[in-house]
Amino acid sequence: MKHGLSRPSLEYGSGFPTLLRKEIMRFYKVGFQTVAAPVLTAVLYLMIFGHVLEGREVYGRLSYTAFLIPGLVMMSVLQNAFANTSSSLIQSKVTGNLVFVLLAPLSHLEFYTAYILAAVFRGVVVGLGVFLITAWYGLPSIEYPLWILVFAFLGAAILGSLGLIAGIWADKYDQLAAFQNFIIMPATMLSGVFYSIHSLPPAWQVVSHFNPFFYMIDGFRYGFFGVSDISPWSSLAIVTCFFIVVSAIALRMLQKGYKLRY
Amino acid sequence: MQPAISINNISKHYGALQALDNVSLTIEPGEFFGLLGPNGAGKTTLISILAGLVTPDLGHAAIMGADVQKSFREARRMLGVVPQELVFDPFFTVRETLRFQSGYFGIRNNDSWIDEILANLDLASKADSNMRSLSGGMKRRVLVAQALVHRPPVIILDEPTAGVDVELRQSLWQFISRLNQDGHTIVLTTHYLEEAEALCQRIAMLKQGKIVALDSTKNLLTRYGSVKKDGEGKTDLEEVFVNIMSGGAL
Repeated sequence: MKHGLSRPSLEYGSGFPTLLRKEIMRFYKVGFQTVAAPVLTAVLYLMIFGHVLEGREVYGRLSYTAFLIPGLVMMSVLQNAFANTSSSLIQSKVTGNLVFVLLAPLSHLEFYTAYILAAVFRGVVVGLGVFLITAWYGLPSIEYPLWILVFAFLGAAILGSLGLIAGIWADKYDQLAAFQNFIIMPATMLSGVFYSIHSLPPAWQVVSHFNPFFYMIDGFRYGFFGVSDISPWSSLAIVTCFFIVVSAIALRMLQKGYKLRY
Repeated sequence: MQPAISINNISKHYGALQALDNVSLTIEPGEFFGLLGPNGAGKTTLISILAGLVTPDLGHAAIMGADVQKSFREARRMLGVVPQELVFDPFFTVRETLRFQSGYFGIRNNDSWIDEILANLDLASKADSNMRSLSGGMKRRVLVAQALVHRPPVIILDEPTAGVDVELRQSLWQFISRLNQDGHTIVLTTHYLEEAEALCQRIAMLKQGKIVALDSTKNLLTRYGSVKKDGEGKTDLEEVFVNIMSGGAL
């Protein structure tokens, strides 16, 4: 075993691809919990709400079930993107194994990009699973697939960033649970997954416009039906701004080593 | 030649606690260096600063000439750290853990080196075992393997034998000594002073964030040991340590 100071010249690349792969492998290894379970949850939502509210029409032409499917898909994308980054970080912090990543020559940008892309990947895998299963109830039309992809990516990246922020900020599992249950969950459930905001009283319609999750769901749904509560361009602008803001916060926290490096 | 580690006027405080107070130290390439001190003396803080896990309030440090803050990529590639805590990722096997660690440093296709480390640390039979299934001693070996996977010229071991049985301690020290003979710079913190005495060529002792003794092991034993009345008993490092910590030094 000869190395020491005369070690062979090593070719160093970026650690980013490995960190991305590790984050994907982490949820893949427990796929029953991280993919199958959220798909089942979304299908149960569809079965219950679809059954109870069947016969209603949305936008004057869509069955409620058809309206609901894209919302459920996007809700699954968002929630699982958040879960991926937040659970990975809090587990690594609590068990202490985050030190192996912190000891490596990874920049804050590489760290951020790997975690976010893994979150997007998990969100999209779960969303695709929900779409394929729920399509059995009636395949929704796909008018503008590019809008679907853009909003799915941006939405997952935003929630991945929020998960990163929450995972870094939280010192304990219950702090993370509070972030998830009191911020992410209400914002998701009240974003128009289950209804068009035009069905709400005027005051609540106004309130809904302050919820950035509403624009993610509405823009995503536009890709399916070509119709939405507000212009998809407006949604895109707001979602992009939100993405920039949460990314900047997450990157700043990583760069400063907030609660990671002391 | 660049020093393996240079520490210049490093200070760090946590609230009212002064963890390190104007610490300066140079460790030459190829040294087996001991960093000793009671709990809370600042050893782990100093190691964490070298590893980039802690940012100093004042001063700067470099690994093989690379500043740990400004040139963090180069500095971290030159450094392997065996952390004090027995930490592991429960999702992966031993081999996966080492492949990931290698990849974090941007090194691909490193399996032949990983196999060599596994063989040298008697981990080959556990390569495909999940980390959760390993005993404490085996997990400790994996930590050492992780620190070596990118072939760093400087290795820091933060109390690597804490809670480890005698057999593993012996085999670990044989392995680390071999690495040192091969040219690696080794920095060791330990509470087993007989180990430090046997292995380390030079020793620094920290007390309340300050270096209170810094010399070769031989000189420390001569300067701070007491002469036994019967003329037969030998001074050991434990006695030197107690003398220095109870009084002063430098």
